[in-house]
Amino acid sequence: MIHMDNVSKAYSTGNPAVNEINLHIEKGEFVFIIGSSGAGKTTLFKLILKELEPSSGTITVAGQELNSMKRKQIPKFRRNIGVVFQDFRLLKDRSIYENIAFAQRVVETSSRRIRREVPQALSAVGLAERYRAYPSELSGGEQQRVALARALVNKPQLIMADEPTGNLDAQNAWEIMKMLEEINEQGTTVLVVTHNREIVDAMKKRVITLEDGRIVSDEKEGGYEHEA
Amino acid sequence: MKLNSLLYSFRQGLKNIHRNKFYSLASVATMIVCIFMFGVFSAVVVNVNHVVREAEKGVAVVAYFDEGITDEQIAKIGDTIRARDEVESATYVSPEEAWEEFAPIYFGTEDPELTEDLIQDFAADNPLANSASYEIYLKDVSKQDELVKALSEVEGIRRVDSNEVVADTLTNFNKLVGYLSIGIIVLLFAVAVFLISNTVAVGIAVRREEIGIMKLIGATDVFIRAPFVIEGMILGLVGSGIPLVLVLLLYKRLEAFIESQFGMLAGVISFVPAGRVFSYLVPVSLCIGVGIGFIGSMLTIRKHLKV
Ligand SMILES: Nc1ncnc2c1ncn2[C@@H]1O[C@H](COP(=O)(O)OP(=O)(O)O)[C@@H](O)[C@H]1O
Ligand SMILES: [Mg+2]
Repeated sequence: MIHMDNVSKAYSTGNPAVNEINLHIEKGEFVFIIGSSGAGKTTLFKLILKELEPSSGTITVAGQELNSMKRKQIPKFRRNIGVVFQDFRLLKDRSIYENIAFAQRVVETSSRRIRREVPQALSAVGLAERYRAYPSELSGGEQQRVALARALVNKPQLIMADEPTGNLDAQNAWEIMKMLEEINEQGTTVLVVTHNREIVDAMKKRVITLEDGRIVSDEKEGGYEHEA
Repeated sequence: MKLNSLLYSFRQGLKNIHRNKFYSLASVATMIVCIFMFGVFSAVVVNVNHVVREAEKGVAVVAYFDEGITDEQIAKIGDTIRARDEVESATYVSPEEAWEEFAPIYFGTEDPELTEDLIQDFAADNPLANSASYEIYLKDVSKQDELVKALSEVEGIRRVDSNEVVADTLTNFNKLVGYLSIGIIVLLFAVAVFLISNTVAVGIAVRREEIGIMKLIGATDVFIRAPFVIEGMILGLVGSGIPLVLVLLLYKRLEAFIESQFGMLAGVISFVPAGRVFSYLVPVSLCIGVGIGFIGSMLTIRKHLKV
């Protein structure tokens, strides 16, 4: 699903944020990426989404070689990936229903499919009844579930979440992680950046640790206990 | 783009305008002034042109023949003249007609009967026997010089008279009105483009986050840009529709006013009918309005929406 070979990314200022990374994630995997702040996790995400160009190295995502990809092909490519952020990034001026429908409208889905699939996505995150509410009327956990529904509604092959539980209490964090695990069990590849030690240790998934832009460990059923 | 998406973009475009009422109003108001002035200028230019064209009909070039020319040769010269593109018509004036026209001025006395007698007495010995001529009317006075030069070289023509001052004045007046209105209108349109592009820029700033999300979800450039292009075009459409109605009402009013106040001048000051003016003014103004909206929004999109 994701193949990175000798990938480096240096911003115009300072040392490379991502340094000589070799990373292979297969279809259907669930992978945690951990590491301290500034380790290069978000930069890695942006490289996978082709929001950033690598300074060197090659990246292949969902069978598509990103280096040679034309600008015009980027939107189609990104439809393979659902993204979730720490700060939810919901549109505050429209209802929950419209927030999810939005993801389908922008990829020009038919109205018929929108009417059918938005309620399905909301049910999947347990918010079927709240479709008329506005983001400001929901708790943080609920907002992140809406964001997850928005990432899911277009049925992507890959879900990438950048610190999805960073703003949530333990209870809500667990709920989100369990949902991501469920999504993964249905065949979607899931990539999660997190600082949540407890969850990572408990879930027994593949854990990749970044430090100063380099991969310092890649454990099959890893956890924070492997860190020095 | 699918119809569905187009409708969505249209709604978002309207939403941009609604959210950003102040700027939208400012750009529509400027557009209204622009198109209103454009409409008024066009109406004036069309009517001035109309009056000038009427006046041009009274400006003639007169060609006199060589002495002792035959009727056949005169007829041939007439054909040559009429064959020219810039010639509207050419009428033969015989020496007798010339005399009849001129004599009353020459012999003009207090007593019409005496005048008539004098004219009759001299008719047999017409002093204007050699003044047979063609009176030539042009389609376009600015071509007068060209015609005079060409006629001077025609075999059998002795002399060509023309009224250069009148021709030049009419031509220059036409040009002046044209240039002046083009200058003012271009300036105003530049202002309108500037304002619309600023309005759209505000709309883009407000939607920064939304645009960011759209890009990540996989929206195409066209889809991201469409609401802003539509916003600009709607502003242009409204900004040109309103002044068109105003100009039309004004025109009709003025027409009716002149009709009622100066009815007896109907033949002299004749308005070009509103239908004829507006049949081209409406489509041209709407195209300009929507075009300005399009250009204004595209300028901003290219600058602020590098997708
Ligand atoms: N846009 C940017 N310009 C310059 N430096 C950046 C930019 N974004 C991130 N960095 C730097 O790159 C490094 C990695 O950042 P980031 O990928 O955001 O780390 P993480 O997500 O792991 O906290 C940091 O040192 C950060 O300061
Ligand atoms: Mg980060």
